[in-house]
Amino acid sequence: MSTTLTERIVTRLIRVSGYSAILFVALIFYFLMQSGLPAIAEVPASTLFSARWYPIEDFFGIIPLIGGSLVVTVGAGIVAFPLGLGSAIYIAEIAPRWVREVLKPLVELLAGLPSVMLGFLGIIVLSPMLRSSLDIPTGLSALTASLLLGFISLPTIVSVAEDALDAVPKSYRDAALALGATDWQTIWRVTIPAARSGIFTAVMLGIGRAIGETMTVMMVAGNAPVIPKSLSVFLSPVRTMTATIAAEMGEVANGSTHYHVLFFIGIMLFLISLLVNVTASAVIFKQVRRAERILS
Amino acid sequence: MIKKITLPLLVFFILLAGCRAQTTAPTTDGTGEIVLNDYIENKGSDTIVNLALAWAEKYQDVRPEVRISVTGGGSGTGIAALVNGTVDIANASRQIKGEEIEAVEANGSSPVEYVIARDAIAVIVHPDNPISELTLQQISDIYSGVINNWSQVGGEDRPIVRLSRETNSGTHVYFLEEVLRLGEKDNKTLFSPDTLLLPSSEVISAEVRQNPNAIGYDGLGYVTEDMKVIAVARKPGAPYILPSALSVNNSEYPIARDLYMYTAGEATGSVRDYLEWIFTAEAQAIVEELGFVPITP
Repeated sequence: MSTTLTERIVTRLIRVSGYSAILFVALIFYFLMQSGLPAIAEVPASTLFSARWYPIEDFFGIIPLIGGSLVVTVGAGIVAFPLGLGSAIYIAEIAPRWVREVLKPLVELLAGLPSVMLGFLGIIVLSPMLRSSLDIPTGLSALTASLLLGFISLPTIVSVAEDALDAVPKSYRDAALALGATDWQTIWRVTIPAARSGIFTAVMLGIGRAIGETMTVMMVAGNAPVIPKSLSVFLSPVRTMTATIAAEMGEVANGSTHYHVLFFIGIMLFLISLLVNVTASAVIFKQVRRAERILS
Repeated sequence: MIKKITLPLLVFFILLAGCRAQTTAPTTDGTGEIVLNDYIENKGSDTIVNLALAWAEKYQDVRPEVRISVTGGGSGTGIAALVNGTVDIANASRQIKGEEIEAVEANGSSPVEYVIARDAIAVIVHPDNPISELTLQQISDIYSGVINNWSQVGGEDRPIVRLSRETNSGTHVYFLEEVLRLGEKDNKTLFSPDTLLLPSSEVISAEVRQNPNAIGYDGLGYVTEDMKVIAVARKPGAPYILPSALSVNNSEYPIARDLYMYTAGEATGSVRDYLEWIFTAEAQAIVEELGFVPITP
C-alpha cells in the first residue's frame, strides 16, 4: 500500500519535472516572440535586412551581425573539428591507458575555463601576435575570435566524440584486424564510420557552443558591423549577434524599437540553433534507420 | 613537503583577501543613539567610474556611516537604472536626453542635474606614430572613413584602424556629435562601418599601446604615459592645443565636455549631503588628481 503510494508520488514528481523543461522552453520562446516580433512592425523589412547597424541613429540592419556570427562560427569549426577529432581518436584508440586517464579529465577541465579569461588572453597575447606575424591592420579580428572559439568548443567535441568512439564494440576492431587491416585502416575505415553519428553530434554541439559564445567574441572580434564579402573577412573585425545583444541590452529603454530589434536578433539566434539541432537529429535518425535495416 | 602546503596556503590567503573587516565604528548622533548605516547606490558612465570610486572612498573618512556602492556600465545604463529606480545617483558623461527625462517623469519625479567636473577627450595614437597634430576636420574624416591611410594626413603608409567605444557610451555620443559632426546639428556624418566598437576604455588603451595603425579616443583621465596624445586644432590654421586642465578651463581645447550626476527628484538626506560634499575643495582636488578638470566655483 505505502509502496504503491510512494511510487505514485515519485512518478508524478518525475513527470512534473519532465514537463517543466518543456514549459520553460515554451515560456522562453513566448517571451522572445512577444518582445521580438514587434520589431517587424516597427522597422521596415528593407531597413531590418539592410547593411548598416547603427542603432542610436535608427539603422537596424542585422545582415552584418548574422554574417559576423556565421564567419566566426565557421572559423571556429575549421579550427576545432580536425583538432577535436584528432584528439578524440588519439585518446580513444591510440593512447596507452595511463595517458588516456590523464588526458581525458584535462580536456574536460579546459571546458571549465572562464571565457572572459580567454578573451583577456586574446587581447593581451594572441591579437598582437597575429597582427605582427600576419601583417594585418589589427589583431582584433574574426581570425582571433575563431581561434579562441575553436579552443572553447574543443573540449565539447573531444569529449563527445571520444565517448562515441569508445562505444564502438571491440568486436568490430578485432574483426578488422583479423582481416589484416593495419591500425590506421581500422580507425579510418571501421571505427570512425561506426561512430559517425556520435562524431556528428559532437561537432554540432561544438558549433552550438561557438555560436552562442559571447564574452570572448565581444572582447576580441573588434565588433565592427561589416558585411563579410570575401575570404579576407577573416582578417578584419566582425560583430556577432551575441556580442551585439550583450553590449547593447544594458542601455536600451524597455519597450523601445531598439529593444525589440535586439530581441528579434535573439529570435534569429534561436532559429539558427534550432536549425542546427534539427539537422543534427535528422541526420542521426536517418543513420539509425539505416543501421537497423542492415541488422535486420 | 613545502610544496604540499603552498597551494592550500595560497588558496587560504586568496579566500582571506575576500573578507572585509567591519571596522567602521558606528557614529552616534547627539542623543547617543547609533545612526543606521546609510546606503547610496551610484551607477553609470565608465568615464566617471574611477572618479566616483575615489570620491566614495574619501567620503568614508568624512562620513564613515554612509556606504556608497559605485558601478560603471555606461551613461545610458546609469540613466536607465535611474528610470527604473534602482540607483540613487546616475553618473553620465553626456546630458540626459529628452526621452529619458520623460521616462523619469513617468515614474513620478523629475531628474535633477549636477555638473560635477569637466573632462577633455584625448585623441590617442601609438607612441611610434609620427603624427602629433590633427585638425577637428581631419579627425572627423578619419572616423567617417574619408581618410583611410596615415599617409593622407602626413604620416607613414599604414592603414588606419579606428577605435571607438560602444554606442551605449556617453563618450561615443559626444564624439559623434562634437567631432564627427563638428557640432553641427544638421550634419548626418556617421562612423565608418569598419570602426571597431570596443566594450571598455581598457581595451582601447590595450590596442593603442601595441598597434601603430590605431587611433582611439578616451577621457583624459584614462591616458597613460605609453600612448601619444594628439594636439587638436579647432580649424585649419588655428593653433594645435594639447588637452590639459588649463586648456579645458579657458576653452582652448576643442573636445571638452561637462560630466554629470543625476538624481530622480531633489536629493534628500545622505544623498544630498554627499552631492554637497562633491563640490567642496577637498572633493574637487581629487578631480584634478585623476586627470579631470575641476569645477571652478
